[in-house]
Amino acid sequence: MIGNWLDIGPVDQITPGNARTLPVMGGEEIAIFRTLGGEFHALVNKCPHKHGPLSQGIVHGGVVTCPLHNWNISLKTGEALGEDKGCVPVIPLKVDAGRIFLLRSAVMGQMAA
Amino acid sequence: MELQGGGGPELDLAEDLTLAADDRREHLVVVGNGMAGCRAVEELLARDGARYRVTIFGAEPHVNYNRIMLSPVLAGEKAFDDIIINDRAWYADNGIDLIVDDPVMAIDRAAKIVTSKAGRVVGYDRLLIATGSDPFIIPVPGKDLPGVISFRDMKDVDAMLAAAEAGKADGGGHAVVIGGGLLGLEAAHGLTLRGMKVTVIHLMPTLMERQLDEAAGWLLKTALEGRGQTILTGADTAEIYGEGKVEGVRLKDGRDIPASLVVMAVGIRPSVALAREAGLDVGRGIKVDDHMVTSDPHVLAVGECVEHDGNVYGLVAPLWDMCRSLADGLTDRHSGYRGSVTSTKLKVAGLDVFSAGDFSGGDGCEDIVLRDAARGVYKRVVVKEGRIIGAVLYGDTGDGGWYFDLLKREEDVSDIRDFLIFGQSYASGGGQADPKAAVAALSDDAEICGCNGVSKGQVVASIQGGACTLDALRAGCKASASCGSCTGLVETLLAITLGDEYSGERATRTMCKCTSFGHDDVRREIVAQGMKSIPEVMHRLHWSTPDGCASCRPALNYYLLCSWPGEYQDDQRSRFVNERLHANIQKDGTYSVVPRMWGGLTNPRELRAIADVVEKYDAPMVKVTGGQRLDIFGIKKEDLPAVWADLNAAGMVSGHAYGKSLRTVKTCVGSEWCRFGTQDSTGLGVKAERMSWGSWMPHKFKIAVSGCPRNCAEATIKDFGIVCVDSGYELHVGGNGGIHVRVTDLLCKVATEREALDYCGAFIQLYREEARYLERTAPWIDRVGVDYVKQRVVEDQVGREALLRRFLYSQSFSQDDPWAERVAGAHAELHQHIAEVRPMEIA
Repeated sequence: MIGNWLDIGPVDQITPGNARTLPVMGGEEIAIFRTLGGEFHALVNKCPHKHGPLSQGIVHGGVVTCPLHNWNISLKTGEALGEDKGCVPVIPLKVDAGRIFLLRSAVMGQMAA
Repeated sequence: MELQGGGGPELDLAEDLTLAADDRREHLVVVGNGMAGCRAVEELLARDGARYRVTIFGAEPHVNYNRIMLSPVLAGEKAFDDIIINDRAWYADNGIDLIVDDPVMAIDRAAKIVTSKAGRVVGYDRLLIATGSDPFIIPVPGKDLPGVISFRDMKDVDAMLAAAEAGKADGGGHAVVIGGGLLGLEAAHGLTLRGMKVTVIHLMPTLMERQLDEAAGWLLKTALEGRGQTILTGADTAEIYGEGKVEGVRLKDGRDIPASLVVMAVGIRPSVALAREAGLDVGRGIKVDDHMVTSDPHVLAVGECVEHDGNVYGLVAPLWDMCRSLADGLTDRHSGYRGSVTSTKLKVAGLDVFSAGDFSGGDGCEDIVLRDAARGVYKRVVVKEGRIIGAVLYGDTGDGGWYFDLLKREEDVSDIRDFLIFGQSYASGGGQADPKAAVAALSDDAEICGCNGVSKGQVVASIQGGACTLDALRAGCKASASCGSCTGLVETLLAITLGDEYSGERATRTMCKCTSFGHDDVRREIVAQGMKSIPEVMHRLHWSTPDGCASCRPALNYYLLCSWPGEYQDDQRSRFVNERLHANIQKDGTYSVVPRMWGGLTNPRELRAIADVVEKYDAPMVKVTGGQRLDIFGIKKEDLPAVWADLNAAGMVSGHAYGKSLRTVKTCVGSEWCRFGTQDSTGLGVKAERMSWGSWMPHKFKIAVSGCPRNCAEATIKDFGIVCVDSGYELHVGGNGGIHVRVTDLLCKVATEREALDYCGAFIQLYREEARYLERTAPWIDRVGVDYVKQRVVEDQVGREALLRRFLYSQSFSQDDPWAERVAGAHAELHQHIAEVRPMEIA
């Protein structure tokens, strides 16, 4: 089971309302978010619109606003909200014993992409 | 089927019989098509729409209209159609037989039938008497003369309008209103607006003595006299005289007032003649039990015509209570009416008046009184044994509902006694009023709409049931559907209940979808309530989202920062990325870095450091900006602290090219070098930049200083532009070279460099304190007008000095180089990756 999950480190590396980045060599960089409500989410760090780095956006509720053109992206589904259309891949994430884990196959899937 | 007055009775009877044969339901016959009768039927239908067959008799030729609203019709503010409560479609849709213009004349309780004036004979299983009240006509000679009327129905309004029209020929005509109660004063007000010269004759020494105490009555009298009415108190009518029609009124003291119209409005009496003749138990009104049943179990009565537990009521609120109990009884729920505590909130001639409970005073009663003569406000709360037993408000009735709520609930007010008179928001510790908090704090049974007897709980339930606009609420639960004085309350309930789904119907734009407050409201409340964090603002101003959005978070962060310099802890998470990383994000996700070059000046050391950074970090481009500095492109976020460290080492600090803050101060070379230069524009520019750098503002802010009117520094398209002339400095404001080019307005001309800098600081602070977030100086000045800015910055010397002081105080906390802080290790996590994934680890 553990083999399927990639240990990213302790949860306190990300403070509420912030995001950190996880570069994947040969793949897409991943953004890991911690909402003000304390939930963790991971998305490919690329807005579906013009590939803005979502990790740098303002986090509010379960949404991040892209810093380039203010698209609102759902952290749960990766989908653009409101009038905008588009979707960014979600990386399955779990928190276990105070550590953040990402689904290894999904991280690797970003490499294939 | 619609039955109009004038239709032959035989035909109607035949139809009734047919219907009766088809319809086996119990037949409820309602005598009285007014507010009580129809409301009772509405309440009944709401509980069980199919149980009874309903027939309503009305004496007037109209559908049910809002009698309270006759005053606005008289005053010309509303048309009759506007005050209809139930239109014909309502009767038809609910299968109600409406018989108008045909009063019921007799009840045969043994045979269970009623007989109308036109001869209709209709059988009933249950009879509801809702005959309301009759105007009281004082028994003086001449009371029956043509031109003497009451003020009770549409017919009276029509007579008043006709008299006013006829009076126009001889300069308006004279009217006498007998009775200085609510009804009389409303009539007087309407007639005054219609151009008549009005005299009010009131027997008692105080107007509206049943609702107002002497002080409030006096204020009201003075205000009405100020509107041209003649008010005679302590005046007793001896006779109404005239040959064939009314010509005037004579008082017992001999005074004589000519009049072509006399409105008798001294009071009302329960209309009980029909019930008395039918042998029902009648006291002052028709006696009913808690379920509104009369002495005959098949006959009910409701409204102003009844006497319950020794009380008769002449206001609408008790009537609604009665109708609820009545409908409960008719559908076997038997809640029971327990009597009503009444309050009166009204507008008399546009003046706000409120009273509730007992304010006669007496043993053990304490009066708390507030008078504000300048505002024409009088408030009096009567407290007995720690509880409010009465209240009288004049001029400002905003807290009437709160007092009434406390009164009804018999709440112990000892703890807030000292603040009670200042109203709910103050007594609740809110300082300056937050109108939403006050409404949110009302209990569910607090009355919102007095006209239609709708409580807060009912309004909220209606909203939750899908009535999401003011119009929908007016159509549904009828809140705010009559006089409209509760519209603000109802809108607030919409905003509180719906949150961001309620866009509001008011003109002010809300800050964002998370709140129904506008920018200015939020700023005012931040200061007034002393709110010092974003969560606190969101909580106290009822934000509809848990932690705001990308629009309101940066705005709130700025407003708090501006309001509480040195105190407020900046929230990085509410900063747009550029302000968080102190660099400008580019389309590829890298950043550009602009070090400050004071006044556009630089030197070999700085240039060398920049050149080194470009090579060391492989920056693909360096560009000279429009603001006279150098922009290094293509820096990765992880490299930013190192880049800054190198630039800091050469003495350079952040240029804030990324911030809603002071950007550049552009200068020309001025008198030091230029053959046309009149002053040291470069030196002044450097001083201006040293003074104002690092300050956060509603939006970016650019300054320029030109050394002569040739204006090489383009000062007249900057937020603050200084153009040097021989005799001093012209100060310009509000310029913009963006999408909409706007040339500056001339603020003023000053003689010295010191003044130029002081005015600059004061102007910046005014902009910081009053412009909305993301509003550049150009649209701000378009909005408030340059005259306003001149008044604040130029004409008001004391104000200007205070603005400058506040700016410099604020600057004492903001002139730390953010780059140096990051170089020293602050917020390192913003620049570093959490980890890296390499193929070997994945495999």
